[in-house]
Amino acid sequence: MHRFANPSQFMRVAEAMLPWMVALCIPLMAAGLYFGLWASPADYQQSETVRIMYIHVPSAFLAQGAYIVMALGSASFLIWKHPLGDLIARAAAPIGCIFALICLVTGSLWGKPTWGTYWVWDARLTSMLILFFLFLGYLALANAFDDPARGDKPAAILAVVGIVNIPIIKFSVYFFNTLHQKSTLFGDLFSSGEEAGASGLQQPDIAAAAAQQGSALPPSMLLPLMLMLAAFSVFFLILLVLRLRGELATVRLRALRAGLRAG
Amino acid sequence: MSDAKRRSPAARRKKVRLTLVLCGTLFLAAATALTLSALQENVTFFFGPTEVTEGKVPQGATFRIGGLVEVGSCHIREDGVTREFRITDGSNAVLVTYAGLLPSLFRDGQGVVALGQLDTGHSTFVAKEVLAKHDETYMPTEVVEAMKRAGTWKGDESVAEIEASGTSDPCKAKA
Repeated sequence: MHRFANPSQFMRVAEAMLPWMVALCIPLMAAGLYFGLWASPADYQQSETVRIMYIHVPSAFLAQGAYIVMALGSASFLIWKHPLGDLIARAAAPIGCIFALICLVTGSLWGKPTWGTYWVWDARLTSMLILFFLFLGYLALANAFDDPARGDKPAAILAVVGIVNIPIIKFSVYFFNTLHQKSTLFGDLFSSGEEAGASGLQQPDIAAAAAQQGSALPPSMLLPLMLMLAAFSVFFLILLVLRLRGELATVRLRALRAGLRAG
Repeated sequence: MSDAKRRSPAARRKKVRLTLVLCGTLFLAAATALTLSALQENVTFFFGPTEVTEGKVPQGATFRIGGLVEVGSCHIREDGVTREFRITDGSNAVLVTYAGLLPSLFRDGQGVVALGQLDTGHSTFVAKEVLAKHDETYMPTEVVEAMKRAGTWKGDESVAEIEASGTSDPCKAKA
């Protein structure tokens, strides 16, 4: 385990996996986009705007995933002083930040035709905006010092503290009344059918019709969503390795410069 | 005891940091959970009709009410602009008046969230904004049509009207 905490060892494995990940990502993304944009049906209520989901949901998933990676990396840096933890956190932050932004923008574009508004301050939307600000705050703090190494610790503490926001995002639609709908994919885990009727504001007859079709998300829509989730996940890993390469090179360059100055 | 003494200072510091980070995160999570549950009323985006009829809503203040549009309850008043409809949760209903553009998903049985105030008599909710609440169910248009042809569709009939006319307004002028 600790062998991989050595950045060079870790990068050797990561670099070897990189071409395989690219080879996996391209067909996944192509198939996901094809099924998402062409070969999947329009929704009976939202019509074509349902296709926004195939970008929105994976972005939201990856934004939170990137934050968890960032927080775990920061925690391992704080506790065990693993230099790799800090590098991974620094590499994940801007990727997660952009995924959060994509999630917010696509959600807002979907909200206008569906809800009738671009934005409301409900618990889900607000906690997702806070996640975006946490990424921005981490990036600002990590790069606020002339000697970037001085920003490592405060930024890592911010990342660990901000982890409390992740369950808030996830459970906001169950604990509070929100305009945002509950989870379609993992909804059964958290809500009983009776609850979905009243507090979830689902029409009982529509719920019955959904039960008739077998699930809240038909296979023809589940397929592109799953493909896009897989494609985005692999894409995130590719970006992470590429950014890690850059972060590692920056650290080595800094050490070389410091060595030259000292010598 | 002797085990802890034998450990190097570096390992001990690691253990301390691990405990600090874990305990810190736990305390922070507990504090956040307590704060949020205390603020639940403020974080709540809307109140249900039952809470409104039981008077559990902020008095004289602007708030949101959410529920389903009672089937067949929407009418356009004589002025031709103001609509009135009832928002229900199945057991209680509140009369809502609204003079503005309704979202395109607005129809009988649809989940909606209205922003406004109760009037002085506490009988009518005067809305300034009405939003549609989308539920977590997705269904292909063709499946709905096929189910309608087969006569097995248990959903709302006005869905067919939306597709036919391009408008979702279930409100009829008062006869």
